[in-house]
Amino acid sequence: MSAPYVHPYVPNTAPEARAAMLAAVGAASVEDFYVDIPDALRLHRPLDLPPALVAEQDLVRHVSGLLDRNRPVAPGRSFLGSGTYHHHVPAVVDEVIGRSEFLTAYAGEPYEDHGRFQALFEYESLMAELLAMDVVTVPTYDSFQAASTALAMAGRITGRRTVLVVSDVLADRRSRVHDFVRSHLDLVDVPTRDGVADLTAVQAALDGGVAAIWVETPSRTGAVETALAALAEAAHAVGAVVVVSTDPICYGVLTPPSEQGADIVCGDLQSLGLHAHYGGAHGGFLAVHDDPRFVMELPSRLFGLATTDVPGEYGFGDVAYERTSFAVREEGKEWVGTAAALWGIAAGVYLALHGPRGMAELGETILARTRYAQQRLAALPGVVAGDDAVHFREFTVALPVDPADVVRRLATQGFAAGVPLDDHRLLVCVTEVNTADDIDALVAAVADALTEEHR
Amino acid sequence: MAGGEGGPGESRDLRLGLVVNPVAGLGGPAGLKGSDGADTQELARVRGAEPHAGERAIRSLRVLAAAVPDAVVLTAGGPMGADAVTAAGLRPEVVWTPDSPTTDGADTTDATAALVTAGAGLVLFVGGDGTARDVVAGNTADGLVLGVPAGVKMYSSCFAVSPEAAGAVAVRWLAEGVPTREAEVLDIDEEALRTGRTEPRLHALVRVPTWASRTQARKAPTPESEAAAVFAAAAGLQAGLEPGVRYLLGPGGTVAELGRQLGLDVSLLGVDVVLDGALLARDASEAELFVHATAGPARAVVTVIGGQGFLLGRGNQQLSPRVLRALASEPLLVVATQRKLLDLGGRPLLVDTGDPALDAALAGHVRVVTGPGSVAVYPIASPQ
Amino acid sequence: MSLPVAAKPALRRFHQARWDEPVIFELTAAGERGVVPSQVEPGVRDSVGDVLAGLPDGLRRTAPPALPELGQLRVLKHYLRLSQENLGADLNVDVGQGTCTMKYSPKVNDRLAAHASLLDLHPLQDPADAQGILEIIWRTQRMLAEISGMDEVGLHTQGGSAAIWTNIAMIRAWFEARGEAEQRTEVITTIFSHPSNAATAKAAGYDVITIYPDADGYPDIEAFRRALSPRTAAIMVTNPEDTGIYNPRIAEWVELAHSVGALASYDQANANGILGITRARDAGFDVCHFNLHKTFGTPHGSGGPGAGANGVAAHLAPFLPRPLVVRDEDGTFRLDDDRPLSIGKVAPFYGVVPNIVRAYAWIRALGAEGLRAVAETAVLNNNYLMARVLAIPGASAPYATGRRRIEQVRYSWQDLFTDTGITSEELGVRASDYGMHYWTSHHPYVVPQPFTLEPTESYSMAELDEYADVLAQVAREARETPDVVRTAPHNQTVHHTHHDDLDDPARWATSWRAYQRKYGSGT
Repeated sequence: MSAPYVHPYVPNTAPEARAAMLAAVGAASVEDFYVDIPDALRLHRPLDLPPALVAEQDLVRHVSGLLDRNRPVAPGRSFLGSGTYHHHVPAVVDEVIGRSEFLTAYAGEPYEDHGRFQALFEYESLMAELLAMDVVTVPTYDSFQAASTALAMAGRITGRRTVLVVSDVLADRRSRVHDFVRSHLDLVDVPTRDGVADLTAVQAALDGGVAAIWVETPSRTGAVETALAALAEAAHAVGAVVVVSTDPICYGVLTPPSEQGADIVCGDLQSLGLHAHYGGAHGGFLAVHDDPRFVMELPSRLFGLATTDVPGEYGFGDVAYERTSFAVREEGKEWVGTAAALWGIAAGVYLALHGPRGMAELGETILARTRYAQQRLAALPGVVAGDDAVHFREFTVALPVDPADVVRRLATQGFAAGVPLDDHRLLVCVTEVNTADDIDALVAAVADALTEEHR
Repeated sequence: MAGGEGGPGESRDLRLGLVVNPVAGLGGPAGLKGSDGADTQELARVRGAEPHAGERAIRSLRVLAAAVPDAVVLTAGGPMGADAVTAAGLRPEVVWTPDSPTTDGADTTDATAALVTAGAGLVLFVGGDGTARDVVAGNTADGLVLGVPAGVKMYSSCFAVSPEAAGAVAVRWLAEGVPTREAEVLDIDEEALRTGRTEPRLHALVRVPTWASRTQARKAPTPESEAAAVFAAAAGLQAGLEPGVRYLLGPGGTVAELGRQLGLDVSLLGVDVVLDGALLARDASEAELFVHATAGPARAVVTVIGGQGFLLGRGNQQLSPRVLRALASEPLLVVATQRKLLDLGGRPLLVDTGDPALDAALAGHVRVVTGPGSVAVYPIASPQ
Repeated sequence: MSLPVAAKPALRRFHQARWDEPVIFELTAAGERGVVPSQVEPGVRDSVGDVLAGLPDGLRRTAPPALPELGQLRVLKHYLRLSQENLGADLNVDVGQGTCTMKYSPKVNDRLAAHASLLDLHPLQDPADAQGILEIIWRTQRMLAEISGMDEVGLHTQGGSAAIWTNIAMIRAWFEARGEAEQRTEVITTIFSHPSNAATAKAAGYDVITIYPDADGYPDIEAFRRALSPRTAAIMVTNPEDTGIYNPRIAEWVELAHSVGALASYDQANANGILGITRARDAGFDVCHFNLHKTFGTPHGSGGPGAGANGVAAHLAPFLPRPLVVRDEDGTFRLDDDRPLSIGKVAPFYGVVPNIVRAYAWIRALGAEGLRAVAETAVLNNNYLMARVLAIPGASAPYATGRRRIEQVRYSWQDLFTDTGITSEELGVRASDYGMHYWTSHHPYVVPQPFTLEPTESYSMAELDEYADVLAQVAREARETPDVVRTAPHNQTVHHTHHDDLDDPARWATSWRAYQRKYGSGT
């Protein structure tokens, strides 16, 4: 090459440094370091990649140019949920998780990385209050993994194979859980009634082979499970574990599952301070009671409070460091890896900002607007509410026309009207971001669309 | 019993004991294979050997003195401990004094017993395998011991890697407690070894302190304690047991853990015979084992004994060549923790049955059960 | 004293921030608020009534969650103080986190990842409205296919171990599709491969066979031959291994695996030193994974989110997670969800989008020449640092002694420990007093008293020298003033922490709530 290649990200591409370092180790060239790689395995050509954009402005122009082709629906005009939700993200959340010290840290010890440990301990503690459970781990990847792990734990604890799926579980989540646990567990669906668990059918299906019942609330259609206490009682009577997957954002107003018999509560953190990010910002939480039988089966890290040599100083460390040593079965053991700690910090900041009153008001707003949208849509001619369950954030309505047509039509008017579930049901999601005006506008647009479609 | 929980949180007697075998290691430089017996020691001295056990003890204690300058060490008089304690700048509390300046194994045993009686929660002993054996004899309460390496031979796995390391473990033990593990004491008849007739057997299992993690933040998977690893390895073994096969369970903690998981009252140090979950023989003799080995399909369950990687020929001579030859086509079912394999640092497992042809037949690679559904494929060789 | 300022000492006088910040619950001030959510409009209330009162019995929370009540600035200040009590890679000479490839995450990429068009983009919007990000995902797939030599790449997974899980899940599905699932029950790995290879295989229901190194430090190929059988489903190996040693017979390993009908899975977490030098597919591997948060410059986020990429040869492509981003002939991008052999969903939607954007930008900023410079420099830095470290009395690099290493080295302080009784962990804590961090190793320790350094391409010669100087100083202290080391840390936010309570179910405090319950309020 003519001019030496010096890249701003790679300081020792500077020829002076490179020469000095090669000399220091007695190497003629970097080729000396690759002697163990046989010639037959060497790539004897440059990688076929697009040309480098070394100048930052060129890079920004190129990548921004691509991203500018995205056309997100305006805030409030999207009624899409199904796993990723539009909630307002307070600026302080973004500020904190954008800090270099948090963003670029990884796995330092509780001394030089004390702040990370405290922030994550506080995440655990804030979630613990919201869920009314004493033990919440450092986040796992997402709600899919959290549910997978929760059920795998139940299998290890009970030594049994059957999982009764008693709610309408998000299909994608079920897909992942199935593939994760299928070597050790069998998922058996118990069909729901009117959007929630069919208690009688569940009771009939429960026997000594059941490791766990899996309750999802709110369900994939936003139905809140009202019979959790009875379900839990029936499950516990045969020694099964009660696993509840949920969204923590509703527990400013709703009774936490732990108070109705849940043994393991799991779910997603995206609602608590993370942007939609095209579905790319999910974290999973896992919560259990302070019971060693459960704590010892948690594969994820769990930070706890400790004393130090100095009175009044908070230290932190890993709780039950050797906990897998108590595993009932070695099979199906999991791993700990890079998961979603930063999203946990975000969720902690989110909860600290909201406080008890904020979470209560937020829950009430979502409940009220969900109900409002449900009522108004169901009042349209030919439109029927999907079921009579209590709904939080999501609900279905049956349309007299193909909902995909309605969605397409409303897209031209700047709406994302919802997710068609089949040829008549539309899944609509309402959060605090969707104001009464937004809902009214949606209802009017749907009404127009139905009129047009019927014409 | 297998491996160790112990450690943080357990109640500990915080008095440290020290016993030095002043003549440990004498035989080595003199070209002898040990230092037991007054005759051997005299011969070593004649050949110009200098005792160095005291100096080893001082090195170990200096680490303690630097961290805990006011530590009091329970010990034996003169060269059996007090001299070293004083030289390291610490205060000795002498609980036993030898009768004569020429000490022997019985003195080590008596001194250890006195230390235990005086309340030592951890006894550091300075010496080799023979010293370890004598310490075991005096350690009536099965307390913690740790060897400061100073002997000619150290087949046993109860030694720290260096005097300083032993001292550092003692510091940590005093300060905050440490986990413990089970270690083998191999009792090797040095006289027999010198004449080429070696009949070593596993003499005892003792608890030794080991390192606790000082910092617990890890991105790594949760590490298993050695106790959990032993449990897992034994569980993996249990899962692989076949009906109708007689298993000759060799000595060692991991194999003994299998016995416990089977609910059997197995011997720790001997060879037992198990068939279909029932204990047919306990601490069987070679002759009994031969009868069982020829009675039907049979396999020997063996683990790594001591620090050198021996599967056969150290501590389990009951599994004699004729017994082994009578076993099934894959005679050995090998179990070990990953830690035991890693500690070999790439060296093979060893078989030394006394029958070179049999050793050669056993050499090669073997599946070592390390847990349920987990094995290593690891080389076996005969010594040399 | 007056000017001039005296020369600085050889080592920097570091002290970590110490705000002595309470746990956030202790800051609570009744009535204060950090944010106010959007309120129920009167019209809505008129229409639906009191929704809380209308909840069925038992569904309404009776006692509000005991979250703290704090004004916005106080929350911000609390977390900014905690952030300062943290060494991120942006501040640290972060060469001590071996196997983790701590490199510079360019700031410009953070901005691009937070592009306004992404934040509110819902994954179920019509793909026509997401062409920009879909193109970035697709282009990233193609670039990683070129870098690995693989035919197809999926970017669904959220971390490296999740990607390894996806590898074994695809292998399992492959054998199921061929009717060999009953027969193929074993996975072979090496002890120096990342432990997640064994762990994920176990989680997928396989028995695991582990191969140990031979006397030269290379994985024992004879043992491997003995381990292979018609029961073998796959080999899952890292190369270069976590010791920084490249297995020169890797192609032979793959061939041997194929000869018994097994597949070969390549953990490419350690790819940083071989970008553009050698490729997974060229060694015959059927499937591989990369960590975008290691090799491709996305930040580690205090422990995630990361992002994984799975590369597969054509025969495994049908088994990739769904959906896959594809480009149609007209140049538009869409989500192909019609993949009947797919293992299904492995994560919500399409992957960790912000990190995919960052990785795309990182590769584009470097290009082919830049990637090769990254690899060569990472390896140069590593071998330079190794020379400096091995000059420290008491430090060694077990296995393959005297050989060059690729991008990292697993060192041992065993000699220093033998001399002093000071452990690697104690030395590491003491090093933090100089503003440097290092990590020992995965458990179980495959070398005694380990420390694992991976300098990557991001650090200058002067910084590598500074790091080595700190290690030399700490080793010297172990010999001369061991108690200073043993009682470290001295310059950190907090002092030596007592871990006993963390292991006792009766005493551990897993949350502030548990602490209050067990120990009463504030005492």
